[in-house]
Amino acid sequence: MDFSIVWQYLPMLLEGAWVTLWITVVSLLIGLAFAVPVSLARLSNNPFFSSPAYLFVLYFRGTPLLVQIFLIYYGSGQFRHELTDLGLWGFFRDPWFCGILALVLNTTAYSAEIFRGAISAVPRNDIEAGRACGMSGLLLFRRITMPKAFRIGLPAYGNEVIFLLQATSLVSTITILDLTGISRQLISKTFAVYEFYLTAAAMYLVMTYALVYLFRMWEKRLSGHLQERVVSEPR
Amino acid sequence: MTLALSISDLHKSFNQNEVIKGMSLDANKGDVISLIGASGSGKSTFLRCINLLETPNSGEVRVDGELIEMKTNSKGNRMPADQKQVDRIRTKLGMVFQSFNLWSHMTILQNVTEAPIHVLGQTKAEANEKAMLLLEKVGIADKAHQYPDHLSGGQQQRAAIARALAMDPEVMLFDEPTSALDPELVAEVLKVMRQLAAEGRTMIVVTHEMTFAREVSSKVVFLHQGMIEEQGTPEEVFQNPKSERCRQFLASSY
Repeated sequence: MDFSIVWQYLPMLLEGAWVTLWITVVSLLIGLAFAVPVSLARLSNNPFFSSPAYLFVLYFRGTPLLVQIFLIYYGSGQFRHELTDLGLWGFFRDPWFCGILALVLNTTAYSAEIFRGAISAVPRNDIEAGRACGMSGLLLFRRITMPKAFRIGLPAYGNEVIFLLQATSLVSTITILDLTGISRQLISKTFAVYEFYLTAAAMYLVMTYALVYLFRMWEKRLSGHLQERVVSEPR
Repeated sequence: MTLALSISDLHKSFNQNEVIKGMSLDANKGDVISLIGASGSGKSTFLRCINLLETPNSGEVRVDGELIEMKTNSKGNRMPADQKQVDRIRTKLGMVFQSFNLWSHMTILQNVTEAPIHVLGQTKAEANEKAMLLLEKVGIADKAHQYPDHLSGGQQQRAAIARALAMDPEVMLFDEPTSALDPELVAEVLKVMRQLAAEGRTMIVVTHEMTFAREVSSKVVFLHQGMIEEQGTPEEVFQNPKSERCRQFLASSY
């Protein structure tokens, strides 16, 4: 093995890692914004809201991400004329748009399920205490339900974030030069398969653990009530 | 003088099971009314109907003279006509729960100031200052910055009482406030409640503490199977109960 060749192309790999991180963060933020309303729609008693949300989640959790990416990127070509008429072809011919769209839809579905579970798991007593103090509707949700649900759902959501980071490697199949895409391109040029993929793997690992660390810090910050008492005294 | 609380002909069913079969109760300002009775007699349900945590099937609830407007929705269920009115009236009814229901992710101080800030619109400084006075009053000012799980049951319930008091309620509703406590912790909660009664707070207390009911109440109401079986001053009810069931209940409670 000769890692000096990796060293030579390191700036390109770092650029790829940056693309990976960028796609992850963008998909994550947009997905988060969609996931909260979808989870609320799922919890709604009104089938007008809950049924579409259910079908959405069913589809995007029930089919492989790679198939979703191919459907959006290659599949949209079949509807080129219709999309052109709608003025949308400019978006769908762009691999970045298609890749991020697929990732957003996918992470929205998974995150919505995490939030739905977390919201359902908020103790009834907490809600009742809020009601008894004169809270209802949005205020109750914003002040009591949401903060509690967020704490309940955070560990599972941290998992989803890590999953999404790994999943971005799939967008390399539609010409995007993320960390995986760049590695593959460099390999086809240099034939140093092991060196480049191993380096890419190490970079994914570093990014993953950076995320794990961030989420651990965040959980710790939010869960003062679950930690040991600082002051020890008889009850 | 308007009644602090007036409930007339209240009915409540869970599915086919009628739990409250027409109960009426009036409370003047400063009254301390104890609701006693066996488990399943409907005490807690009745109390929860007052602030609409349970929706009564029929009957009227007036708080400080104001009637809570109800309506029947398209599915035939009773519901409040105006949620805003219910929210506003709930701020006048301080509720203390059997299992405290403190928000575990907030410190004691945050628990007490949450509603004054976000429901009543007080400033944080104002709410904090008042909360500290209340925590002082219930004897746990030193716990202000701890989380509920780090406190004993008695301390948690006193914090919950402070939280309810922070809203400056017209009436305090206590739903078996000492039932979840170890015997040695009951006294510290009852002490706070006695203090509130002495200050002239209007209180409706669902309780199994017969000593408290006898010594502190201005009125005792004995419930049996969803109806008021007997009511009167503590002397009347405890020393000379007219109803056979009440007599049996009291005999078994000592």
